[in-house]
Amino acid sequence: MQQIISFLLKFKTALVFWGLLALAIALTINANTYHQHKWLSSTNFISSFVLGIKADVADYFYLKGENMKLMEENKKLRNFYLTHQNQIVATDSLSFTNDKSLDSTYQIVKAKVIANSYRKINNFLLLELLEDFDLSADLAVISPQGIVGVIEDYNDQYARVISVLNPTILINAQLAKTNHFGSLVWDGKDPNITRLIDVPRSADVAIGDLVETGGNSLIFPEKIPIGKVVSFELDQNRGYYNIEVELFTDMTNLRNVYVIQLKNKEAILELIPETNE
Amino acid sequence: MNKSVNNIIRFVFFVLLQLLILDNILFLGYINPYLYITFILLLPISLSSIQVMLLAFALGLSIDVFHNSGGVHASACLVLAYFRPFALRNAFGINFDFKTLKFYDEGFKPLLVYVSIMVGIHHLVMFSMEAFSTNYVSRILSHTLYSGIFSISLILVVLYLIKPSKK
Repeated sequence: MQQIISFLLKFKTALVFWGLLALAIALTINANTYHQHKWLSSTNFISSFVLGIKADVADYFYLKGENMKLMEENKKLRNFYLTHQNQIVATDSLSFTNDKSLDSTYQIVKAKVIANSYRKINNFLLLELLEDFDLSADLAVISPQGIVGVIEDYNDQYARVISVLNPTILINAQLAKTNHFGSLVWDGKDPNITRLIDVPRSADVAIGDLVETGGNSLIFPEKIPIGKVVSFELDQNRGYYNIEVELFTDMTNLRNVYVIQLKNKEAILELIPETNE
Repeated sequence: MNKSVNNIIRFVFFVLLQLLILDNILFLGYINPYLYITFILLLPISLSSIQVMLLAFALGLSIDVFHNSGGVHASACLVLAYFRPFALRNAFGINFDFKTLKFYDEGFKPLLVYVSIMVGIHHLVMFSMEAFSTNYVSRILSHTLYSGIFSISLILVVLYLIKPSKK
């Protein structure tokens, strides 16, 4: 016994070092794994409070640019509304007495980005919700221009989002022209460029083509714009395209975003036996 | 007593400085100074290495919580604390062993050596843990080099700014 204690005392520095190092590495592995409960997350009280104050101050410096972005989005939506207004009246014989039938599939919630990283390999954002809403995991987050990420962890008001700039998530995406779909994944280099992989050889790809979210996901609604093709090559051995996509969303400058929830997700999930997303 | 209060204030100050101001710099897109390790550099040498390691771990962990990075900074700070005696001995020589060391009396060169060794270790471990894969070796090295140069110069400036005035 005496010997064990003296042994421990002799190597106490090394023991403390290796113990703490093992703990730190365990935390890092935990943080690098998608869909694991995180022990340490910025959604906790202190960090969301401090980052919230920081965002409140920083917001004033970005007001002008944010206004332009929102105006731009409004313009697009007005345009869409004006061109489709007549169509809806003409083709839809149902009357809209029940307002719910208009948009019952998705619920949209306003949120503000209070922390954002994009220069690391595993990037996350922290959102503060601007209206009351019962959060859950795996909700889509989009910006006025395109997609942003997926909610992973949350408490009542704050949510941590896995950014599209994070190699641990794959997002179902498709070419708008032909509806050939593949997976969107980031390679950890340029925060403006991601890759669309596993698009079959039969797809007709051209530079400048629009890439949008696909319909095979319960997270993102279909046909949300993601970006445009900047280069592509065919992997001759595998028969799949490897496409570089330039994101519409400027991930380095995000303020106002929307959280989107598919309303009857539970009902759909019950129909699918075991999903492995 | 007075000294430990001083160190607690310093701890909070460096964490907030790092989070609120320095993390926004991103010179050329990715070069960022990591100034918060100045806290570890300045810890009194009378502290035992276990005390230094625990403090460094706590410092790294508090940065990690804000960055959502798990244990990246905690492990880097821990390794840094572990190597601190070696860096001190290398930079300041015999004075360190006799516990008579006063940082500022040694002149500029030992200070530069000390800061460079420490920043090098910290950045190398931090960027490796952040990448957490062998696919990013060139990225790890280039980030260590460029951010390292930035951090070293800024830390030296800060060290001279907070230099206690001679009576």
